[in-house]
Amino acid sequence: MPKVTIDGKEVEVPAGSTILQAAEAAGIEIPRFCYHERLSIAGNCRMCLVEVEKAPPKPIASCGYPVADGMVVHTDSKMVRNARRGVMEFLLINHPLDCPICDQGGECDLQDQAMGYGMDHSRYEENKRAVPDKYLGPLVKTSMNRCIHCTRCIRFITEVAGVPDLGATNRGEHMEVGTYVERALGSELSANIIDLCPVGALTSKPYAFVARPWELTKVDSIDVLDAVGTNIRVDARGPEVLRVLPRINEDVNEEWLGDKSRFAIDGLKRRRLDRPWVRENGKLRAATWNEAFAAVAAKLKGLSGDRIGAIAGDLCDAESMLALKELMAGLGSPNLDCRQDGAKLDASRRDFYTFNTTIAGIEEADALLIVGSNPRREAPVLNARIRKTWLQNGMPIGVIGDEADLTYAVTQLGTSAKTLGALVDGSHDFARVLTAAKKPMIIVGQGALRRQDGAAVLAACWRLASMVGALSPEWHGFNVLHTAAARVGALDLGFVPGPNGKDVDTMLAGGVDALWLLGADGFDTARIAAGTFVIYQGHHGDVGAARADVILPGAAYTEKSGTYANTEGRVQRGFMAVYPPGEAREDWKILRAFSGIIGRTLPYDTIEQLRARLEQVNPVFGHIGYLPRFGCTDPNGPASEVKALADAPVVAAVTNYYMTDPISRSSPTMAACVEAQSQQASPALAAE
Amino acid sequence: MAASNGAAFEQPASFAFDAESEAEIAKIVTRYPPGRQASAVIPALYIAQRQMKRQTGSAWVPVKAMDAVAHRLGMPPIRVYEVATFYFMFNTKPVGTYHLQVCTTTPCWLRGSDAVTEACRKETGIKGWGETSADGMFTMTEVECLGACVNAPILQVDDDFYEDMDAEKVKQLLDALRRGERPTPGSMAGRQNAAPEGGPTTLTTLHFAPEA
Repeated sequence: MPKVTIDGKEVEVPAGSTILQAAEAAGIEIPRFCYHERLSIAGNCRMCLVEVEKAPPKPIASCGYPVADGMVVHTDSKMVRNARRGVMEFLLINHPLDCPICDQGGECDLQDQAMGYGMDHSRYEENKRAVPDKYLGPLVKTSMNRCIHCTRCIRFITEVAGVPDLGATNRGEHMEVGTYVERALGSELSANIIDLCPVGALTSKPYAFVARPWELTKVDSIDVLDAVGTNIRVDARGPEVLRVLPRINEDVNEEWLGDKSRFAIDGLKRRRLDRPWVRENGKLRAATWNEAFAAVAAKLKGLSGDRIGAIAGDLCDAESMLALKELMAGLGSPNLDCRQDGAKLDASRRDFYTFNTTIAGIEEADALLIVGSNPRREAPVLNARIRKTWLQNGMPIGVIGDEADLTYAVTQLGTSAKTLGALVDGSHDFARVLTAAKKPMIIVGQGALRRQDGAAVLAACWRLASMVGALSPEWHGFNVLHTAAARVGALDLGFVPGPNGKDVDTMLAGGVDALWLLGADGFDTARIAAGTFVIYQGHHGDVGAARADVILPGAAYTEKSGTYANTEGRVQRGFMAVYPPGEAREDWKILRAFSGIIGRTLPYDTIEQLRARLEQVNPVFGHIGYLPRFGCTDPNGPASEVKALADAPVVAAVTNYYMTDPISRSSPTMAACVEAQSQQASPALAAE
Repeated sequence: MAASNGAAFEQPASFAFDAESEAEIAKIVTRYPPGRQASAVIPALYIAQRQMKRQTGSAWVPVKAMDAVAHRLGMPPIRVYEVATFYFMFNTKPVGTYHLQVCTTTPCWLRGSDAVTEACRKETGIKGWGETSADGMFTMTEVECLGACVNAPILQVDDDFYEDMDAEKVKQLLDALRRGERPTPGSMAGRQNAAPEGGPTTLTTLHFAPEA
């Protein structure tokens, strides 16, 4: 490993590192605009100039210059300062002086670095260049006069997102960044270019002119709109969530965030349940908490436990699901289910329902089979990780399911689930591809598991994984990709039918007389039998609330402190950013309060006590954020017959990325995205 | 956006390579290793531009043609847009039947490119760079060094160099073009290639010793 001296500090860095990386290792910050550690090196902003002894006697762009043993670098010499000042002066020649009306103000790299290297006046007296603004869809607002041509957005969209819509057209003075033909960006990760843009050229359209960064309170949280468990920061002012930004977590989302998770938050202000409602004579009437609780208690009083059921929805935190489970236990009901889409998930062992390879582990895989999933729509951030791996090692990827552009080249194996049978008995060519791989991976989507033969699909995938060597003590290549943030947590808590308990289908079909829906409305509510008394506890007046007899207003994910297990089984915790609106309360508190009213008080008064209980029920809830990598110790699969595979085509669970849950369905921004995407043909294949 | 992407004029609704173009592209693509056919983007754009000339009389590359190139070579359309807009040899707007490209770089300028420009203006009625004459016959653009400085000034018409130009010769050339003729490209002063005008000027007194 070469030793480099930077500003008198000696560091040892891996061979092939650049001077900029070595400087970071030495704790020295070098200003930059175009360089980004997750993108390819462009070297076009020239801000990172340094002086290298015994190199050509000129400033050197440190972002693209590899270190050599014994190199002596100065990052703050007179020559370097002069060079950077010169670069800054050139950058500012065409940059408008509109910081007071620019949304990037206060969090702008150019603003910050101009403080260090800018002159107090401009020597430029000619006309500035004017560039027409571009339309990039309903999420990204452009102000192209501010663009400094760092090309980060182009590189992100091309390399990471894999939907190459952006480019630099024309040249020299006339160079423009844009799509050339007017179109909305086709990527589900498109809004990350807002974060990447070092200036105010690309800003958030829904957040335009809303707030300055120093006005916001910033709270760490976990995204619940898909099952990746993206680490987010919720920025709020007063009672309002104004924006969501990704936090860096190398194991989960790196530093990316899906467009839905970022922009569906305006749905948190619409169609909210902010007070209890009780149905009287067929009509919902606003009520007090006491009235609502009394109505529920009166109904439940005369019912035996097996006539009461509960279904947990997609966005629930583990705390409220545990409280509901124990409330049901108190009422003597074994009728619990969290698989509201009817997925045949097997809760008997944890690695039957989690993404065992882990998201970071995808990068080690060298062959992949995707069954009944469209990761691009179900988990765009995870899909970016698959694409990254594919770009690095060109791994073969097979897909059983409908054809879609996943941003990497795939071998379409057919849509019939019977193909899976052919893979298991080895008669299909792709079985050999998987067997030849050292670390093969199989991803099963909810689209494949919610079919009638879902259990057989699950068993077949496990058997295939075992056959091709994906299940070893060092490598666990069996993965279930969830679409709901709550699902793994619910399965960890055993939120599934107990002994003689009824599942979702039976409960909906009149198997129970009273049904407690904890944010569950991911099914057709018309399936609920006419006589069933429905208690809907949730935060949005969506389909579930419309069918309810009593509505208990709960809190959305930004309004409560909650624990979630992502599709990997990684337990993460988000914190409360704002208070729930009106009369709405945190969900576990509602359940705890109700348990007191019916005289079956739950044994916890604080969230800490509840969390201690959570850990008692399943120790995984004791390890926040930490997920050990594990291999497969027991190759015995889920108990089901592979022969039961049906011929019906496998379809992915999510057809419309922008609207999957009550929050995104209430969001005007998401509605605008749906419209923009439906108006234009699907973007060109990236992996052609 | 309007100025750069060509919304100010009509883009054709479709573009497909004809048999002649397809044959040319197929030949060019074989020059590159498999999977590297994107390298053929520049020749392919030329082929598209020539096909437009054959079909419409105007040598330009509409967006649909760039899309066709992208599709043919298996690359994202934006990568083709970048190339086509980078090089001024590709016209992203319709041009006249004859594309007059006046070199105004220093050697041509010193040798009288201003007079050439002025003559072009006078003969065609074009006022400024990039404009097309009212009759649709000529488009005049300003280009940088064409690499034929020894025969400066140069007026490039479509793909042909007309060298040693002056105002009178421009008038004759444009009249001929109007008549549908195509004068032989090269020096308009009658010299051979870049040889000195009026015959050799050096090595004229060279004598060889008689052979022994």
